[in-house]
Amino acid sequence: MILGLARSWSLTGYAIAALLVLPLLALIFQAAQPDEAVFAHLLSTVLPTYISNSLWLMLWVCVGALLLALPCAWLMARCEFIGRRYLQWALLLPLAMPAYIVAYVYTDLLDYAGPVQMGLRSLFGWNSPKDYLFPEIRSLGGAACVLSLVLFPYIYLLVRTAFMEQSLSLAHASRIMGCSPWQSFWRLSLPMARPAIAVGVALVAMETAADFATVSYFALPTLTTAVYDTWLGYGNLTAAAKLSAIILLVVFSLIGFERFARRKQQLFQKQSRIQESDLYRLSPIQTLLAIGYCILLLLLSFILPSGILLSYAIDYFEQSWDPIFWQLSLNSFSLALIASLICCLIALLLMFIRRVSPRATDTLPSRLASTGYALPGTVLAIGVLVPLTLLDFAINDMAEWIGLSGPGLLLTGSTTALVFAFCVRFAAIAIGSVEASYKRISPSLDMVSLTLGQTPRQLLQRVHLPLLTKGLFAGALLVFIESMKELPAALLLRPIGFENLATYVFQFVSDEKLEHGALPAIVIVLVGLVPLIYLNRSLEQDSR
Amino acid sequence: MKRVTFAALFGLMSVAQSAYADEKLTVYSYRQAFLVEPILKRFTEDTGISVNLVFAKDGIAERIAREGRLSPADLVLTSDFSRLVELVEKDLTSPVNSDKLNTNIPAQYRDPEGQWYALTMRVRNLYTAKDRLETQTISYEELADPKYKGKICTRSGKHPYNIALVASMIAHHGEAETKTWLQGVKTNLARKPQGNDRAQVKAVKEGLCDIAIGNSYYYGNMLQDPEQKSWAEAVNINFPNQADRGAHVNVSGMVLTRHAPNKDNAIKLMEFLSADVAQKAYAEVNMEYPVKADVAPSTLVASWGEFKSDQLPIFKLAEYHQAAVKLLDEVQFDL
Repeated sequence: MILGLARSWSLTGYAIAALLVLPLLALIFQAAQPDEAVFAHLLSTVLPTYISNSLWLMLWVCVGALLLALPCAWLMARCEFIGRRYLQWALLLPLAMPAYIVAYVYTDLLDYAGPVQMGLRSLFGWNSPKDYLFPEIRSLGGAACVLSLVLFPYIYLLVRTAFMEQSLSLAHASRIMGCSPWQSFWRLSLPMARPAIAVGVALVAMETAADFATVSYFALPTLTTAVYDTWLGYGNLTAAAKLSAIILLVVFSLIGFERFARRKQQLFQKQSRIQESDLYRLSPIQTLLAIGYCILLLLLSFILPSGILLSYAIDYFEQSWDPIFWQLSLNSFSLALIASLICCLIALLLMFIRRVSPRATDTLPSRLASTGYALPGTVLAIGVLVPLTLLDFAINDMAEWIGLSGPGLLLTGSTTALVFAFCVRFAAIAIGSVEASYKRISPSLDMVSLTLGQTPRQLLQRVHLPLLTKGLFAGALLVFIESMKELPAALLLRPIGFENLATYVFQFVSDEKLEHGALPAIVIVLVGLVPLIYLNRSLEQDSR
Repeated sequence: MKRVTFAALFGLMSVAQSAYADEKLTVYSYRQAFLVEPILKRFTEDTGISVNLVFAKDGIAERIAREGRLSPADLVLTSDFSRLVELVEKDLTSPVNSDKLNTNIPAQYRDPEGQWYALTMRVRNLYTAKDRLETQTISYEELADPKYKGKICTRSGKHPYNIALVASMIAHHGEAETKTWLQGVKTNLARKPQGNDRAQVKAVKEGLCDIAIGNSYYYGNMLQDPEQKSWAEAVNINFPNQADRGAHVNVSGMVLTRHAPNKDNAIKLMEFLSADVAQKAYAEVNMEYPVKADVAPSTLVASWGEFKSDQLPIFKLAEYHQAAVKLLDEVQFDL
């Protein structure tokens, strides 16, 4: 929109975008290689089951999360009852809980050898599994329940906002025309919230497709576990890349669907928001039901798992509270910190270029840089390793060419690969956050500063940066917590002998000894709570 | 000019590497650090060679392949035979010809070309419910017998321990028969394969199944763990196929990597690990059987009794490794 942005800005933008898209390209390239018939063998034996497991799981998780989230979203957005204010943000808490930890807790609880079934057996005098029916927790259904419990807040958050933003006049109209709250929900609010629901569901589906730890713990082979097994079990990177390509196909169709849904979202304009006085007041019985539902959901998805985790951590505190724990925390923190700083820099630069560049093509880099978010960690790891290994060898070849001993595995042998992967995957989050902040800065500010003779660099430093701090901070926080939690990429890309909190906890989980990893698990959860509280604060301020 | 810049750059980069290049060794280990560290410490005390030990649960072979000639790894310690084979198949090993190794380790437990050497042995045992199954003479073949329908528990078929067992079945009975057998075992499973060997014994204790497939050392480890003692006490440890060929034996082992930067030191460590002191300690920490003939197992392990082991040379299993993986997929054992 303004003149005079030097070409070098655009070039830098494109260079960054290219770097972030590199893994995706490398993956496609790798998938196109011939692979000694391993893929064909998989296709004729187990692959159909992997694919159907993946698809069914995605379907059930989406349905489950939606059913859990819709009532809460409606209650919080449009009804008034005691305790609503607290429940409103408490329902976001499950987002901080890694799914595999919830999976572990429930398996421990509901397994044949767990306290629930043991209690039932002693109560009714049953002796063997043949005496009674109890659903198997380590199954498709079990995994779907666990993932729904952890992922429903995504839908809740988006749909609650959509309900709150629905226009006041529509709400009034529906009341005047005698709609009961139910009718208003079914006939008006729900259809209008459809785009938000679609976005939420797509997000949940993507997260499900990316899940590695839960399904692997539940012995439920899906495409993501298959990538891991094919790579490390069959030792065939190319076949693994081909499997990854299938996942990508699914994920990109979801994104396409999500975009399509969001395009419609612009059809309605928010004007005056729903106000306190417009909320439906619940009767005492309704209040009881509403509170009961929300608390039950919260209990199952957050309080129970974290309670059990806490009791483990207390029991095994002495074993866990050791130098290793500190080292791992430091590893996790520093990696996440570096990744979030880099992501913010990338986001700032790309969005700045997009905003002020006179060239239409300059919107492309920020779009490209966001594609990495679609790559599940396991898939991303392949994409990162292929080019970085080549680069490592090139560096060493060059060193030898000038007659020096090479530096060894500079990139893949260090945490560089891991930080790079985090940036590829999470740059989109920072970009989104900065984009949202930019929308609030009036373009006239830019024009004024340029008229006053500021260079683009000064404009960025002196005008935009101070106004963007909140968005940058939110973005950094989100990238930070996602990097702390990210497991599959860390498992595959960490330098040998290097652990962080996520990989450490998972080692214990896969060994069925979470008790010993409970303390680090709690740290992951606690760190996850910080951005949730922060985000909710800013959401509440927005709605005021 | 450019060359100079590069030279300066790389010079800086390689300082860290070359500063302490002498008398050290890097070991990649599939075996958990606590098992290996005490022995390596002793090695360092004896020889002055410092050992950098790094543990990873899986993916070591994949990593060494990718690291290629830049790999810092000298030696790989594996917890199982299929990992040894994987390393050889990927052409990541160097042959070692050492008289010491050849004397210490019987021919049955090393590669004819010296590509890998076994260090300890463990039996793939069958654990049976003390109060529900009398038999102590069960064979692997019988696991497919319809009389055990719904009574067997095992971990994933794709786990290296089970792959090696399947490979040994192929070696003895051929692919077609093994496939039928696998289908039979699958039908007899009490639940979908899941958890580790320990979890199977726990399932027997809980009454979920009567027979669990598991390695011998878990028995010792569980007996020593106050929380798991009761699991181990609920089962009998069976050495299968005692009436015929003997129990299937798996090994932990070591290989010298193809691009080992410190070959001589690595061979020194290999020899050290095959000698009496290390053999005894190595087998004892994890309740395994030493491969060196004249080293006795720990008292606890010895108390489980003498047994006959399958005399099939371990390297024969290598030939059937891939076939075993494919069969497991074909019968969809884990699904």
